[in-house]
Amino acid sequence: MSSLLSLVIFLPLIGAVALLFISNRDGERDGLIRQVALAASVVTFGATLALWRGFDPMGPEFQFVERRPWIPIYGIDYYIGIDGISLLLIVLTGFLTPLALLSSWGSVKKKIKEFSIFMLLLEAAMLGVFAALDLFLFYIFWDAMLIPMYFLIGIWGYDRRIYAAIKFILYTMAGSVLMLIAILGLAFVHSSATGNYTFDLLKLYELKLAPTTQMWFFLAFTLAFAIKVPLFPFHTWLPDAHVEAPTAGSVILAGVLLKMGTYGLVRFSFPLFPEAAMVFAPWLAGLAVIGIIYGALVAMVQPDMKKLVAYSSVSHLGFVVLGICAVNVQGVSGAVYQMLNHGVSTGALFMICGMLSDRRHTRLISEFGGLKSVVPKLTAAFMLITLSSIALPGLNGFVGEFLILLGAYRWDWRFATLAASGVILSAVYMLWMFQRVNYGVVTNPKNEHLPDMSTREWWMLGPTLVMAVVMGVVPNLFLRPMEPAVERMVQRVQAGQTRTVRAEPGAAGTQAFGPADPEARAPRP
Amino acid sequence: MDNLQAIMPMLIVTLAAAATMLAESFRLKDERMPLGGLGLIGLVGAAAASILLWNRNTTSFGVVQSDNFALFINFVLVAVGILTILLSSQVIDREELPAGEYYSLVLFSIAGMMLMAAATDLLLIFLALEVMSLAVYVLTGIRRTDAAGTEAAFKYFLLGAFSSAFFLYGVAFTYAIVHSTRLEAVALAVAGRSDVSGPLTWLAVGLLLVGFAFKVSAVPFHMWTPDAYEGAPTVVTGFMSTGVKAAAFAAFVRVFLSSFEPLRGEWVTVLSWIAVATMVVGTVVGVAQSNVKRMLAYSSIAHAGYLLVGIIAGNASGKSAILFYLLAYALTNVGAFGVTALLATRERPRGDLADFAGLWHSRPVMAALMTIFLLSLGGFPPTAGFVAKWYVFGAAVQEQLYGLAIIGVLTSVVSVFYYLRIVVLMYMTDSRAEYEPPRLTATGLATLGVAAATVFYLGVLPARVIELATRSIDTIF
Repeated sequence: MSSLLSLVIFLPLIGAVALLFISNRDGERDGLIRQVALAASVVTFGATLALWRGFDPMGPEFQFVERRPWIPIYGIDYYIGIDGISLLLIVLTGFLTPLALLSSWGSVKKKIKEFSIFMLLLEAAMLGVFAALDLFLFYIFWDAMLIPMYFLIGIWGYDRRIYAAIKFILYTMAGSVLMLIAILGLAFVHSSATGNYTFDLLKLYELKLAPTTQMWFFLAFTLAFAIKVPLFPFHTWLPDAHVEAPTAGSVILAGVLLKMGTYGLVRFSFPLFPEAAMVFAPWLAGLAVIGIIYGALVAMVQPDMKKLVAYSSVSHLGFVVLGICAVNVQGVSGAVYQMLNHGVSTGALFMICGMLSDRRHTRLISEFGGLKSVVPKLTAAFMLITLSSIALPGLNGFVGEFLILLGAYRWDWRFATLAASGVILSAVYMLWMFQRVNYGVVTNPKNEHLPDMSTREWWMLGPTLVMAVVMGVVPNLFLRPMEPAVERMVQRVQAGQTRTVRAEPGAAGTQAFGPADPEARAPRP
Repeated sequence: MDNLQAIMPMLIVTLAAAATMLAESFRLKDERMPLGGLGLIGLVGAAAASILLWNRNTTSFGVVQSDNFALFINFVLVAVGILTILLSSQVIDREELPAGEYYSLVLFSIAGMMLMAAATDLLLIFLALEVMSLAVYVLTGIRRTDAAGTEAAFKYFLLGAFSSAFFLYGVAFTYAIVHSTRLEAVALAVAGRSDVSGPLTWLAVGLLLVGFAFKVSAVPFHMWTPDAYEGAPTVVTGFMSTGVKAAAFAAFVRVFLSSFEPLRGEWVTVLSWIAVATMVVGTVVGVAQSNVKRMLAYSSIAHAGYLLVGIIAGNASGKSAILFYLLAYALTNVGAFGVTALLATRERPRGDLADFAGLWHSRPVMAALMTIFLLSLGGFPPTAGFVAKWYVFGAAVQEQLYGLAIIGVLTSVVSVFYYLRIVVLMYMTDSRAEYEPPRLTATGLATLGVAAATVFYLGVLPARVIELATRSIDTIF
């Protein structure tokens, strides 16, 4: 099964091509198309699980490696492989795409074929981003992913969809083209040091760069990732894109796309440019903490449910960045764990927003109220996801945030303290929203006869509910495969940093880079 | 006979042009003749001749050198020519253009372009430039009843004549300095003498630079471009925006990167500013256009700027990047103009942006093809446009020209904005009821389909063509 990883990447593509050949001029085969697309994504998910099964956490750093020369003159290879971090993100992608497709069954009514094709293309590109070990290949997937997302927002979105779609693509591109220059520069530096071009990530890890070069390249890479995450103050595209995108688009956007930014920090920015990372980490962490608090405060005052969830993403992703900036095992594994959590809970929250807006064609919180007596099952699911999002112990969110705060505390207690206030704020805005939507008496007569969860909706929401509990109760299931990868990343950054004295505030941070305390790694709530 | 080898491709194209003209004169009034077929045969013949000449580096009369560099450009030109002819038949019927003249002018100008790419004497470059340009001027105004077309042709001709004069003065001054117009003699003289730098040299190099800058429509010599591109029949615009550019860049590279290479210090700063201005003006002004053809005209100005970055980098990858870029750009741009041309009707020949509204609903295949071409122009992977840009900017980064590369990528983000405007119109707005775009013919579909497939091929598996381009520059530099 040496080409299993390629299979995973290209399965959605095969599905998309198959859909091209189903003639559906007047929508007469919508049902078939939906099923084919769903089948393709479910099979892909199965294949990602097979990857997990075959993955050996104690094995070599990158597994399922495939390498074929692509543009030999410039040392570009089709080079893919996964470690524990990318494995989990690939599984997350495989997990969320079928759910997103299912969520569209109620809301997307026109041009189903094109919609499904774009969803599958998007999935292929996302999987490719997480699997690529060649920077050129990575960039191709990274940029190629913009196009299907652009169409998904622009065609099937809500009222201001065109504005949101263009803003999304221009913001993201503006960041990533500078990364392209940095990638080219990196390959050039490698060729002047060793005489040959390469875009091979592992070889570029070994490259010793001058501090100034590191600074510039780090900034170019990190700008691209910061826009994608999005880190305050680069977040302004996100509420627009999230709010205007169709439910399926929001689920993927929040669930997977944003993780590409934080994944980029873990895989590229920090290990490639460790010295620059050391200089900029406090700044990034500062922005992350601002994002945590700012996102939470802005979320609190949103009248629109979807926008509230969108701003909550800014806040939650701030935690992830903070964890990465701490560069210790707790922080980084917390960050990766939080990426998964956020994918599950925010994906689910967007699905719930979609379900409510399918029923009422509005997402304003004030339009709802007292739903508990009308749709008790939906409310129960909503409750569970809300609690998971605010990191209640026993649910997934807690593990991630706890580890991040632990890691951040070991690095610099000030960041940790400030970030911890975000935990409280998130409880405020989420619970307040939940309360206004579900409790009280039904004030709006339109809400009196809303249908409760349908079978399809159970199928799409159910898995996320299960995952929220599983990830909260047995975190080791997910922490174990990522642990060696996280340790390697931390060591790599550390090794690069030891060449210079750490001159930043919080000199205690130096000790925090020591071997991790195994007890602290896997807390059991 | 040996002497003729190197000019075989141009000769075949010229013969095909003459045959087309002749056939037209024998044509009865209402007889339908596949005149374009003659052109296709000629172009395929030229391609075959180019394949046979590959790696042989033949010379004719000491002034035409069919090295791999010229042959690569020949392949680009053959591709442009074949696509143009295939797309033209429908347009000629619709607009009642004189088929014989049309095809022979296309072929004559291709012959001129091929000659321009292969010429190794400044005077011959000038002759080839004129052969190419005169034919293109006429093609621009071939719709004689159309006032805009005539105006465009006249403007193009006047400004073109000016630039030719500049070029010719440049040749004259060069002759005054080195007593020869042969490129190799120029190179030897320039390389061997230290006193060569001086006002006279600046004048010579500057005038030649202006001549080339005009032909590749670099800022500030771009004023003719939007008008000429808008006024010409759309297929012709596609043809001249790619063919002329390929030929002019070939000669540009040959003159400036081989003969005047030792004087690099004198011209590289000026050219860098020209490149920056070209990229910025091409993208920023393009944003404000409401006509597809004008917009694509500004886009072609911007692309000239990216190509100039390749010349400024001047290293091996810069040179081969130019070749790859020209091929990618040719296929993409002929495709984009082709869709625009086939969408036009007698009543709406102009290509207003609004005509694209809701195209997805009425003509999904055309909308998809247009999207592919636009994405490639915008430089999105996995299309040819991305690899081309990556290649050019990679060459610039190699020479530490980070500033140019950064301006290049940032302006291409701006250009994405206007390419996507068309996509927004096609996919995200409703069509206007009074306008029913024409159906795509089988030939049109096949032609554009092949172009689009090649755009993807160059984007996904560019290795072979990159290798070819790399080998093409070995012979002359």
